[in-house]
Amino acid sequence: MFQNIGELVVLFWRTLQALPQTWRQRRKVYDQLFEIGNASLLMACILSLFIGGVIALQTGPLLAERGLATLIGSVVGNSMCKELAPVMMSILIAGRIGSAMAAEIGSMRVYQEIDALRTMNINPVHYLVLPRLVAISCALPVLVIFSIQVGWMGGALVSVFNDRIGISFPAFFNNLRDTVDLVKIINGLFKSLVFAVVIGIVSCHQGLQTIGGPRGIGRSVTKAVVNSIVLILILDYFVTRFLMYFD
Amino acid sequence: MNAATSTPQGVRVTVRGLRRSFDGQPVLKGLNFEVARGEVFVVMGPSGSGKSVLLKHIIGLETPDDGEILIEGESIQSPGVMDKYRMAMVFQSGALFNSLTVGENVGLYLSEHQLKSSGEIARIVKEKLEIVGLKGQEDRNPSDLSGGMKKRVAIARALVIEPQLILYDEPTSELDPVIAVTIGEEILKLNRRIRVTSIVVSHDRDLAFGIADRIALLNDGQILAVGAPDEVKHHPHPRIQEFLTAAFNHNLERTST
Repeated sequence: MFQNIGELVVLFWRTLQALPQTWRQRRKVYDQLFEIGNASLLMACILSLFIGGVIALQTGPLLAERGLATLIGSVVGNSMCKELAPVMMSILIAGRIGSAMAAEIGSMRVYQEIDALRTMNINPVHYLVLPRLVAISCALPVLVIFSIQVGWMGGALVSVFNDRIGISFPAFFNNLRDTVDLVKIINGLFKSLVFAVVIGIVSCHQGLQTIGGPRGIGRSVTKAVVNSIVLILILDYFVTRFLMYFD
Repeated sequence: MNAATSTPQGVRVTVRGLRRSFDGQPVLKGLNFEVARGEVFVVMGPSGSGKSVLLKHIIGLETPDDGEILIEGESIQSPGVMDKYRMAMVFQSGALFNSLTVGENVGLYLSEHQLKSSGEIARIVKEKLEIVGLKGQEDRNPSDLSGGMKKRVAIARALVIEPQLILYDEPTSELDPVIAVTIGEEILKLNRRIRVTSIVVSHDRDLAFGIADRIALLNDGQILAVGAPDEVKHHPHPRIQEFLTAAFNHNLERTST
């Protein structure tokens, strides 16, 4: 395990060192951005609508019974932007994009394409890892912005149309606006950036470590997704703790 | 493996005491041989004898446990040596990038290192594809090509580097005899045209005796013989004779029934 963590840190460091090469790899970054956005935006919106809705559904009636129904905007607003949007979007992207990254790089490794790159003096970190890491680090926070807004809408719809809550749209959003400020949204975006780096590095690392044939690729994909999700959930606690100093 | 600027000239390759083990299993057991400038040197041997591992060591994809590989007398482990000489490898599978077209594959080295303008790259790609008999195939995807065409694209990609040393890993495996002969002729033509040093790893006896200036016979990580094709053909070692004369026994069925 410690060897894996060490390798992840080394790969991350090498990718950071390669950052000045980003402009040269811009075409591949655009391709990856399109891939992530195209594959995930609709799914992210649907998921977020229902997450926002279910938070309102779970907490709204309890608050309404105590005469605190107007606080539902605050509950949905904060939980979406600080926690649920970054974590749920990261898990979604780990499943959809992290797996694709590990599979693509893994198959390139198995079919000697990475060896071919090295014989042409092309650094696989520059050619394969850098564009993917840059793209996912840009795309995930943007998806989280969408997710937060759609989640709020989901919460608002349930709060308005559920008989046991029954508050108005202005009441929901006024309460939300009172408690959610820009700092909280930036906190969520910072979390998503950290998670994006985790997904990118873990998935590319698993792809580069692939050995064997199709079974090896399958193993790498599973490991990439599982390890990314485990790391996201563990890091979520520590990043939240760290961000509390700025609240 | 740096940029080409002039007509390639083959390099001398020396392998000295090369040893390599994987998980405690020795694969290369102290190899010693030398390949002259501009020579076509074929390493033959049965499957699993360590041929591909040897090639990977020569191109720097693997690091030996012991011994060294010298190019023009300089160890490839020394800093800057791999960048000083232009080397290319044609992989057994072709190792073409499926996400790129044939043209992009062939021009990848030039485009990634930004050595030429896009117009110049297109011209060079066209020229190299023409050399390997694939004129006008630039826009096709590797997945649409036959095995022989993939190998020729891989050779064209190697040619773009204008190499001083080309390594071929099983260039005729999985090919029908006609295409295998075409590929063998391509290797020979290239060698004669640009005097590149060529190291070919193969278990194809026809290819080896058809194109080699010299042949090394590798068995179980050791070289059993090195010499001109005729010398190897008449070598008395029983394992060599077994390898070179292996054929179907047509009487087997009749005997068993």
